[in-house]
Amino acid sequence: MTREEIIRPENKVHARPKLLLDKNMHYCPGCSHGVVHKLVAEVIDEMGLEHDSIGIAPVGCAVFAYNYIDIDWIEAAHGRAPALATAASRLNPSKLVFTYQGDGDLAAIGTAETIHACTRGENIAIILINNGIYGMTGGQMSPCTLEGAKTATTPYGRRHDLNGFPLKVANVVSLLDGTCYVTRQAVHTAAAARKAKAAIKKAFTNAIQKKGTSFVEIVSTCSSGWKLTPEKSNKWMEENMVPYYPLGDIKDTTKEAK
Amino acid sequence: MSKIHGAVTIDSERCKGCDLCVVACPCDVLSLQPKEVNDRGYHFAFPANEEACIGCAACAVVCPDACIEVYRVVVK
Amino acid sequence: MKEEVKLMKGNEAIARAAIRYGADGYFGYPITPQSEVLETLEAEMPWETTGMVVLQAESEVASINMVYGGAATGKAVMTSSSSPGVSLMQEGISYLAASELPALIVNVMRGGPGLGTIQPSQADYFQATKGGGHGDYHLIVLAPSSVQEMADFVGLGFDLAFKYRTPAMILADGIVGQMMEKVVLPEQRPRRTDEEIRQQCPWAITGKTAGRSHNVITSLELDSALMEKNNERFQATYREIEKNEVRYEAYGIEDAEYLIVAFGSIARICRKAIDEARKDGIKVGIIRPITLWPFPYEAIREASKNVKGVLCVELNAGQMIEDVRLAVDQNIPVCHYGRMGGIVPNPQEVLDALRRDFIDKA
Repeated sequence: MTREEIIRPENKVHARPKLLLDKNMHYCPGCSHGVVHKLVAEVIDEMGLEHDSIGIAPVGCAVFAYNYIDIDWIEAAHGRAPALATAASRLNPSKLVFTYQGDGDLAAIGTAETIHACTRGENIAIILINNGIYGMTGGQMSPCTLEGAKTATTPYGRRHDLNGFPLKVANVVSLLDGTCYVTRQAVHTAAAARKAKAAIKKAFTNAIQKKGTSFVEIVSTCSSGWKLTPEKSNKWMEENMVPYYPLGDIKDTTKEAK
Repeated sequence: MSKIHGAVTIDSERCKGCDLCVVACPCDVLSLQPKEVNDRGYHFAFPANEEACIGCAACAVVCPDACIEVYRVVVK
Repeated sequence: MKEEVKLMKGNEAIARAAIRYGADGYFGYPITPQSEVLETLEAEMPWETTGMVVLQAESEVASINMVYGGAATGKAVMTSSSSPGVSLMQEGISYLAASELPALIVNVMRGGPGLGTIQPSQADYFQATKGGGHGDYHLIVLAPSSVQEMADFVGLGFDLAFKYRTPAMILADGIVGQMMEKVVLPEQRPRRTDEEIRQQCPWAITGKTAGRSHNVITSLELDSALMEKNNERFQATYREIEKNEVRYEAYGIEDAEYLIVAFGSIARICRKAIDEARKDGIKVGIIRPITLWPFPYEAIREASKNVKGVLCVELNAGQMIEDVRLAVDQNIPVCHYGRMGGIVPNPQEVLDALRRDFIDKA
């Protein structure tokens, strides 16, 4: 078959998501944010929630998430997205309200808001992009930075005697009775990304069905911060991040409640 | 036996040449342009070995910039 | 609920007035001397009647950011706190101002700095009127001096906040918060429907309504030229507010030889002092700024034209006096009398200050 015969509308099996705005994303080449943005846009479209979604953007690299996904957005102060989401959701109970945050935003400055939104069981979804570094500000240590990892503020590698241990925030929130679904995913391969998409869909469904707080951690890369190529970042992530932050569901009360 | 024909279109101006699609492709269809760059200076991806494509969309799924669209025809 | 006359605390009046105004949400954290606001709301359970959301947050930081999230969706939302808690809220208040969001913040002031004391104070005047958080912004600041005004300013604060798309603050103090007085509560107003919010607040985050492009509430603008434009828009709003919304109360200024300027609870004590002074033949008048921002410069300038001295009485070390000095002609002496640390002077002390600073010197 010729290329022309294959490239016909009826043969299209994968399109650019309808809810992704026609803008070039500002993320560095290979950044996991782009993949997760696509998944979020696809899930909202597939669930028919284009007109009923409220996204809460963080401070960090994803601060401009609102420029890329064609839904209504509120841009929060650093770490406060779950507080905004709490109010937005309680005041607009028919809407899907979700936060999209990085590990610096969620697990450092926003720890209190995260834990309390989760323990209250707010009917929201929280998406955590955990790349173990502050990307936007230039690659400083985050709470999720692995031991030994070199960053701008741990130039000789993170040491637990100096900097404490990496924070497994998904495990922490899984202990809270308000969370119904806590999972850790990745998007470094097509198979992983497809699983992550299913997790996001499940989290959004839980929020709409008022089952409590869903927490989707995406173990991610930061090529610029890690000073590796995107391909090597994926490898480094698999070899170092994934053993410390193992992938898979940590908690799912919606299964038991069937 | 049925045969699968695939093809991809790549928005080369949107592509940042991250190489992740090249790595993700199970059939070695894609490459980065060795010399040519787009308006933003990136060596963008292109289907160098088009005939091998099976339209699995692995490239498109991992593409952070949503540059790739995938087509597939199954001939029985 | 019909109009109703009741005896209650100022803090309780804030809560009841909020329900009756048709407020959509309250988010707060306990702190003395204003915890009765949250307590009253929780006891009243307005979510069962009007549908108003009430939530005890994990901190003042969370409270103000809940207000930010709720206000962004076009809802009438509020919080209340006292001085240390309001300090924690400053980041969020700056974001509200920068994102042009209407909201109501109540500060029932206590003595500071630091943890200070739980007794009344007016030491947050600078913080409230000069922009307590970062950046060039102002809040509309209303200073109640009675329980009735605590109730009335809830509606006024919300109305002004929505009219100008800017946060408003009720700057009360521990006296009006804790004092019990007769208050007339207005008739219950219905909360706005989602459709009304869509009509009245086309900027609101309501879910991308079909037929419009997506709405974004953000305070971020990295393009300096555009950021300056944003600032110019904020400033134009502030000039508009200064033009239209100055409020004050005058008493005995027509024939006054001495002028007192005081706000909030202490203004009532000053009024008593004025009545006492007039019994002794000393003609004293008072201007009580009701809006601390915008400040009634013009009214004070007019009222002070023919006086021998102006006494600014505050429960602080001298904050509003800076604005009073800006208003008053340079040739007229302006003095300050204040108590700090939660001490409230009686009328005689005010009178003594007036004699000491002006009358005895004449």
